[in-house]
Amino acid sequence: MLITCPYCGPRDVIEFTYQGDGNRERPQPNSQDLDAWNAYVYDRLNPAGDHNEIWQHSGGCRTHLRMVRNTVTHEISSTSFARGDHNAAARHKAGGKS
Amino acid sequence: MAERQSPERLSPLEPVFHPGSHGNFEHGVDVILTETRPGSILQLAAWPGEEKKLMAAIRSVTGLALPDGAGGGVAKDGKAVFGFAPGKFTVVDEAEGLASAFAKTVTPAVGTVTDLSHGRTAIRIAGPKAEWVLAKFFAIDFALPAFPVGAGRSTTHHDVFAQIQRTGADQFDIYVFRSFARSFWKALCHASEEVGYEVQ
Repeated sequence: MLITCPYCGPRDVIEFTYQGDGNRERPQPNSQDLDAWNAYVYDRLNPAGDHNEIWQHSGGCRTHLRMVRNTVTHEISSTSFARGDHNAAARHKAGGKS
Repeated sequence: MAERQSPERLSPLEPVFHPGSHGNFEHGVDVILTETRPGSILQLAAWPGEEKKLMAAIRSVTGLALPDGAGGGVAKDGKAVFGFAPGKFTVVDEAEGLASAFAKTVTPAVGTVTDLSHGRTAIRIAGPKAEWVLAKFFAIDFALPAFPVGAGRSTTHHDVFAQIQRTGADQFDIYVFRSFARSFWKALCHASEEVGYEVQ
């Protein structure tokens, strides 16, 4: 199975590491909203079909990637850098470090 | 030992480095394996948005003009540079002291300089069967149109991270962790036996 890294091009799946569900919204670190934390830690959509996921090209350029993978066919319909999406922008504001 | 004045550069390949022809070389050697032993191996990284400034710094220090695009690179006059990840570059020089030259040019506002001169071992494979031998190691396309001269690739061989730069039509420079270099070298020699190889 090949995954097309936006930097390196098509590479074998063994070079990639799954980093989890890409639909989760992490609450602010100081959030007291237990329901939001519970949802972040436990709630998963588990769809039979297209699924937003975070992967890392750990055996290549090591960037984190946002992918849409079909959980039925394993077809990957899109890959892009995780950096630059709205979550990354939010992290920049909140943390100020990364 | 007590007489030694300055630190001597020792190769991790030394116990298994056997110059001469080996393997199936009756009909000629089809690959040549060498250790290039550059004096400086650096990793440069630009903060997001500062990539152009870092590329300009590389040009001013080394005189090498990086082409745009993923994995672009150039090698000449004993120096080499290539991109291996977004905003990250490997820079190599035969001479020592490249890190201090970059430390002045790459300011903390632009990015970071990491000196890997003692952390990586540089292995060169050259010859008409270099592509053939490397294709047994790495699941990437080594054909010239897909992997042009000067370009760099980062990939792995059984979890041994490797950076590869094509420095000629049939020549590749491979940068591996120093701690894995002896194991990788032995594997490379085994893989080269069928085509006949010479260690120089």
